[in-house]
Amino acid sequence: MAINDQNIKDLNAIRKLIKQHKKNDSIFAGVGLFVIATLAVALLVLFLDLVIDGYPKMNLDFFSNFPSRKAEGAGILSAWVGSSLVLIVTFFVAVPMGVAAGIYLEEYAKKGWFADLIEINVANLAGVPSIIYGLLALGLFVYEFGLGQSILTAGLTLSLLMLPIVIVSTREAIRAIPVHIREAAYAVGATKWQVTLHHVLQYAMGGVLTGIIIGMARAIGETAPVITIGALTFIAFLPPSPVTDVVPFINFAWLDAGFTVLPIQMFNWISRPEHAFHINAAATGAVIIILTLLMNGIAIKLRYNIRKKIKW
Amino acid sequence: MSKTKSTVSKALAKNIRRNFVERLIEWALMLSGLIAILITFGIVFILVTESIPFFEAVSIKEFLTSTIWTPNFEIKNYGILPLVAGTVTITGIALLVAIPLGTITAVYLSEFASHKLRETVKPILELLVGVPTVVFGYFALLLVTPLLQKIYPDLPTFNMLGPGIVMGIMIVPYIASVAEDAMRAVPMAMREGSYAMGATRFQTAKTVVMPAALSGIIAAYILAISRGIGETMIVAIAAGQQPNFTFNPVESAATITAYIVSVALGDLEHGGIGYQSIFAAGIVLFIMTLSLNILGQWTRKKFTERY
Repeated sequence: MAINDQNIKDLNAIRKLIKQHKKNDSIFAGVGLFVIATLAVALLVLFLDLVIDGYPKMNLDFFSNFPSRKAEGAGILSAWVGSSLVLIVTFFVAVPMGVAAGIYLEEYAKKGWFADLIEINVANLAGVPSIIYGLLALGLFVYEFGLGQSILTAGLTLSLLMLPIVIVSTREAIRAIPVHIREAAYAVGATKWQVTLHHVLQYAMGGVLTGIIIGMARAIGETAPVITIGALTFIAFLPPSPVTDVVPFINFAWLDAGFTVLPIQMFNWISRPEHAFHINAAATGAVIIILTLLMNGIAIKLRYNIRKKIKW
Repeated sequence: MSKTKSTVSKALAKNIRRNFVERLIEWALMLSGLIAILITFGIVFILVTESIPFFEAVSIKEFLTSTIWTPNFEIKNYGILPLVAGTVTITGIALLVAIPLGTITAVYLSEFASHKLRETVKPILELLVGVPTVVFGYFALLLVTPLLQKIYPDLPTFNMLGPGIVMGIMIVPYIASVAEDAMRAVPMAMREGSYAMGATRFQTAKTVVMPAALSGIIAAYILAISRGIGETMIVAIAAGQQPNFTFNPVESAATITAYIVSVALGDLEHGGIGYQSIFAAGIVLFIMTLSLNILGQWTRKKFTERY
């Protein structure tokens, strides 16, 4: 770059220049490696700290006790039960709807303003801050629809958050399937829906599953929207059981119950000044982290396997 | 003869039913797609209708220009600026951390790292994007702030510096991932041309790959800003929830998101002005993030069209 008539004559200057550039090159290589290593170590230290701080609490009592004013005996029973029930609602709302919307956009929608409009909306919804969904749910589900601060409301709220993730991963999975699979099915007289359900969706299942797991992992850790709809932070009772001993063995009273979830329980304990509660918070955080990392890990592994295995 | 006729009409009947079911399914699928549009309309509708009474009580001019936000005091003031200042300051600190670290990580992974290292680091980045923010809030309040207090003893327990730094660390994987994708999308031929001229990897990265991927990298930054502005739990936990018109990182302050959380944690009186004010704050937040997202997607799209 800095080569002009003068220093072309001066070979030494060129050698120096090359040396300098090579030096810059290895300096950056060092800096890059250092940055990545530092970040990795910093995050590892943070997570280890969480696990070590929370370790003394990690026993069965912690999972089977209600929260309490005394930090020592407090547990996360109502929180993990609440989280599980909310996730059940989220799953049954977001998955069918998200997969259906993904199929529609990829297989059915004709190119045009309508498909474009949906596509733009999905892309934007993925970027809307989660707390905005909380406000939507507060205005719409809690007050317009009168669902109150219930498990149903929380489940619906989180399904709104999960929907874009499921739609996008369904579309990506379907897009990767070559046309000849569809043509073969059409050639033996299958209808469009039969082609989609029996063939396209079968091959896309791995990718769809990846999106569902990532979406669920995100729903477990979401705090802000659930706080916004007015979830209580201190709950010392369980919602009515979904399974009963009288016919038809299932009841839906739990949908209407008050609840708390794991991240809110953690938030509540962080906000207290006493150190003993911070230990509880760390233990809860460790539970959340392990759950989400595990789920995301499975999803990433799954996606990696699909990419490797399928050769059309 | 009559036998064939009946089979044909049976087949026709079956066909009609089949077509009907197909139509029905197509409609059902379309309705699901429609949900995406309905949610967007729902957000705008709820934010606007719930905050109309608020703007009847508080003029838009006061809302946008007053520097005092005291909805819980005797004399109530509703100026959004303190909340915006808190949001901007914390996001700014986060970007100061995340942009250099994220960019360096992206350049290193895309241009320097061996295939094996990249294949190891990329999934870890994806894993980190999934870490719940309430956990990062714990780190900000109980780990990073005490650490900063050792260096700077006057730092209050609730400040903007700690959560800003932690938010920055949280955003690094996000920037690194999007920027790396952009740089990897630059055609190999351009690098080869540069190497053939005797350029080093760093020179190639700096003068060929990064300029070529610039709009993709900028899109990563813009999307990161939007994420920082919308981030809630880290700031709600570690920055304090007192609205404070300041850009000083060592003071405590509230962001728009932290204000919404603090109101939601208290007893919400449906229809009260406190309840309405969170929707007014929500509108500001929604407009800020939406415009950044649209800008970011537009920049990224422009980039993908080029290659």
